[in-house]
Amino acid sequence: MKLGFYPGCSLTGSSREYNESILAISKVAGIELAEIPDWNCCGATAAHNLNHELSVSLPARNLALAELAEMEELVVPCAACFNRLVMTQRELNENESLLAIVSEKLQFKLKNNIKILNVIQFLEKYVLPQLDELVKKPLNQDVACYYGCLLVRPQKVMKADRFEDPMSMDLIMQKLGAKAIDWPFKTECCGAGFSVSKTEIVGELSGKIVRNAVDRGAKAIVVACPMCHSNLDMRRPAIESYLKRKVDVPVIYITQAIALAMGLTPKQAGLQRHFVPVNLSVTQN
Amino acid sequence: MKKNELSQNVRQFTGVDVVECYQCGKCTAGCPVADKMDIRPSVIMRMLQSGDADSEDELLRSLSIWLCLTCETCYSRCPMEIDIPKVMDYLRQRSLAEGKVHKEARDIVSFHKSFLNSIESNGRLHEVGLVMDYKLHSGNLLQDMTTAPGMLSRGKLHILPERIKDRKGLSRLFKGQTKNKKS
Repeated sequence: MKLGFYPGCSLTGSSREYNESILAISKVAGIELAEIPDWNCCGATAAHNLNHELSVSLPARNLALAELAEMEELVVPCAACFNRLVMTQRELNENESLLAIVSEKLQFKLKNNIKILNVIQFLEKYVLPQLDELVKKPLNQDVACYYGCLLVRPQKVMKADRFEDPMSMDLIMQKLGAKAIDWPFKTECCGAGFSVSKTEIVGELSGKIVRNAVDRGAKAIVVACPMCHSNLDMRRPAIESYLKRKVDVPVIYITQAIALAMGLTPKQAGLQRHFVPVNLSVTQN
Repeated sequence: MKKNELSQNVRQFTGVDVVECYQCGKCTAGCPVADKMDIRPSVIMRMLQSGDADSEDELLRSLSIWLCLTCETCYSRCPMEIDIPKVMDYLRQRSLAEGKVHKEARDIVSFHKSFLNSIESNGRLHEVGLVMDYKLHSGNLLQDMTTAPGMLSRGKLHILPERIKDRKGLSRLFKGQTKNKKS
């Protein structure tokens, strides 16, 4: 099984462990993820805040390259990139004059029908069916699944299972042997792109999320977005200064949780790259 | 600005008709940064409805439009399905084009500009270059001095940028777009 793959910039840098863990579990599950050749940045928050055309043309170049490489399905683990690519595909399908402008700049006529999968959709379709066989070391932990904004909203486009209280990640974690706690901050915003420019706002918004997860007994927070991860993990000093208390709950990507449950080593899962140390107990089968 | 100019432009460029808002206030109630905003989301909608030229100018000069994180909670809960985040994107672009960016939002705008500069130069984000460019433009030179070494030791930072090969294709996308150098 071979699928197209768009890592996006974060996965080559600040969230390398997300890349390492998705590649590691895909290998175990017999899936090859083939990178779009010469892909570029999706433009992220900066482009859609400042320049509408770039917010569409930058993702569209990647869609064009994926079509050239004859990819039918594209796996996009970063929730922010996924959101931009899906919104671009939709906007170009609805707006002919914009499609004409973008096609001319790309010098490529987009068919614009590639199937774009976020990490949860990818896991559900390709990994979940094999998961019972692949889990070697069940995760015996209470965890809080944190979805953030970009995987669930806008609801009309993202079509998440339940946009105020999604369950898709919770169900995957249960399959890994963990207990997914019920909590109200699943889809609250972490502060997103303000990590550098308004760090104190990230400290407050992420602080409320982390506090609720801990107060409800979570021993780890499970995420599927590099921005959420870096805000909850790397920005822990800002969180602790808002909460005025020390909080040591680790934040892991869902792909890292699967890697551990598959019996891969913490290093193969990239756990050593986190700021908040991860000590999760696993049970031997 | 002429009466109703901004709301008509909003309709033209985003497809959103602000008249549909009936002021229930759900957007403001669910907004994670409403308590920090100078004008709250439901009030922004009301001001656009009024079409008053002074109100429209005040919106473009507001901090709120830059504090919006595009989390889309307002949109997902709006009983009229009004795409407020899309309106915010439009207001930001107008505010920038007209040189009306709120003083306290300059760091946010500097960051976004540095981000786009990095993409224009390399095709991909270069985090070290981005932060250096941002520090120079925002004047926040000492920020994050403690985070960078931790990122380096964890293998999370590239000292040199990764560049895409198709430079021509990339520059075509940026051609004719507003330059993102410091305003």
